[in-house]
Amino acid sequence: MRVPAFARRGWLLLIGDPKAERAVPPSGFTAWLTSFTAAAMAFLAVFAMAFSFAAGRLADRWSDELARTSTLRLSAPAGQMEAQTATALEVLTTTPGVAEARLLSEAEQQALLEPWFGPGLPVASLPLPRLIEIIEEEDGFDAAGLRARLQAEVPGAVLDDHTRWREPLVAAAARLRSLGWLALLLIGASTGAMITLAAQAALAANAQVIRVMRLVGAQDAYIARAFVRRFTQRTLSGALAGMAAGMAALLLIPRTEVAGGFLTGLGFTGAGWLWPLAIPPLAALVAFAATRTAATRRLRDLS
Amino acid sequence: MIELSHVAYSYGGGELFSDLSLTLSPGSFHFLTGPSGAGKTTLMKLCYGELIATAGEVRLFGEDARQMSRDGIALARRRIGVVHQDCQFLDHLPVSENIALPLTVAGRKDKGIQDLADLIAWVGLTKQASQLPPELSGGERQRAALARAVIMSPDVILADEPTGNIDWEMSQRLLRLLVELNRMGKTVLVATHDMALIRAAKQEVQSRVLRLTERRLQLAGADL
Repeated sequence: MRVPAFARRGWLLLIGDPKAERAVPPSGFTAWLTSFTAAAMAFLAVFAMAFSFAAGRLADRWSDELARTSTLRLSAPAGQMEAQTATALEVLTTTPGVAEARLLSEAEQQALLEPWFGPGLPVASLPLPRLIEIIEEEDGFDAAGLRARLQAEVPGAVLDDHTRWREPLVAAAARLRSLGWLALLLIGASTGAMITLAAQAALAANAQVIRVMRLVGAQDAYIARAFVRRFTQRTLSGALAGMAAGMAALLLIPRTEVAGGFLTGLGFTGAGWLWPLAIPPLAALVAFAATRTAATRRLRDLS
Repeated sequence: MIELSHVAYSYGGGELFSDLSLTLSPGSFHFLTGPSGAGKTTLMKLCYGELIATAGEVRLFGEDARQMSRDGIALARRRIGVVHQDCQFLDHLPVSENIALPLTVAGRKDKGIQDLADLIAWVGLTKQASQLPPELSGGERQRAALARAVIMSPDVILADEPTGNIDWEMSQRLLRLLVELNRMGKTVLVATHDMALIRAAKQEVQSRVLRLTERRLQLAGADL
């Protein structure tokens, strides 16, 4: 089977050419700096990715849950409340697209008010409106038509299909997801910038090495490869360590089921855990491009 | 091989030399002399494409150096062995790897470990093969540089003041190696101001002595 040229080059880059690479002296500081930067950035990238995924899940959940439920609020004089409730339920159950219409019990209403008024609120003695939860079918119902029917048959009913406050919530979650991806992009760009600086420092420190290699007939591509290979390998190994640390840190955060809330839901689910595996090769790709650009420019300037 | 026609080189607003012509034909042996600062090293650098002439034409193996790409120059250098006065080694690599560097960068695998060992023995550095360049004496460094210059079996050997930092006995030894290479058919150009070395060489090999002085290249005469 014939191996494609790009795959062969990629493999050669990974396994390296020990003889060629030995021509570039090991420089402790830039090596450490590159590996550390790659590890730190990969660690942050795992979190940015997890944040983005969690925001995406939140947006989907809010969107789903709120889109399929509506609330009917009934206000009527005490003597008419029961009759209007029965009429409203009758209207709702005969409306196409309504899967279920359920009157909230006193206990449920109490639970809804508890965060504001505390426990033990005497709901029965308060002039509170009645609430009917409406569960929609897959295709939903005609909200305008339902409002018109309710206005005619149950004048004190107000239909709230949650659109007014659902949209900003979903938009906020979607924006959080975008911010997560933007953070990932910035991390990638910062990685590239830092590796470029480290590569430039290494190239400047090795001007004599470049001179000697040219003297003995090395072509620029060969000299550049020696640097590019070294920086790519260092970045890859650093990013692998950073990714592993990031994933381990995510695993240590308590799960949603245990504590609840957005932050505790930070992480991946199922096959989503495979996504961070893309970070080290992407970091290596960034390092490859950054070092290659720096090396090509430096070699051109030295000619 | 290498041909310079009406070449001039200027830098910093001043002209180092002008209208300079030189042909290094196959198998020839040339000495290049002249006072310090006359431009011997610059002339050598023009001969292996490290510098480009400001006027005139330098042809490396038939190609105009000015028209050659950087890769083309690199390929030409594989046919030119250069020995610098300061040798220019990779100080973190042992002598044997420095000598083998031209093979490494050219990706040549046809020359084995035995060939390398033979070459190191030829320049008398078998014991020093695993040492680092800074650990060598001046003469040993020059011989290592010569071994590196010839490992690719180049057509031309350019040696810039190869005996500048070594004693007379070592100079003689290095000269014998260069003469031996010339007898193998290699073209040799040695830049030196060591007249005693040139006189000693003329007893062993037919050579031309060129003097670079007052911005001109002249054939040196009977005063040698």
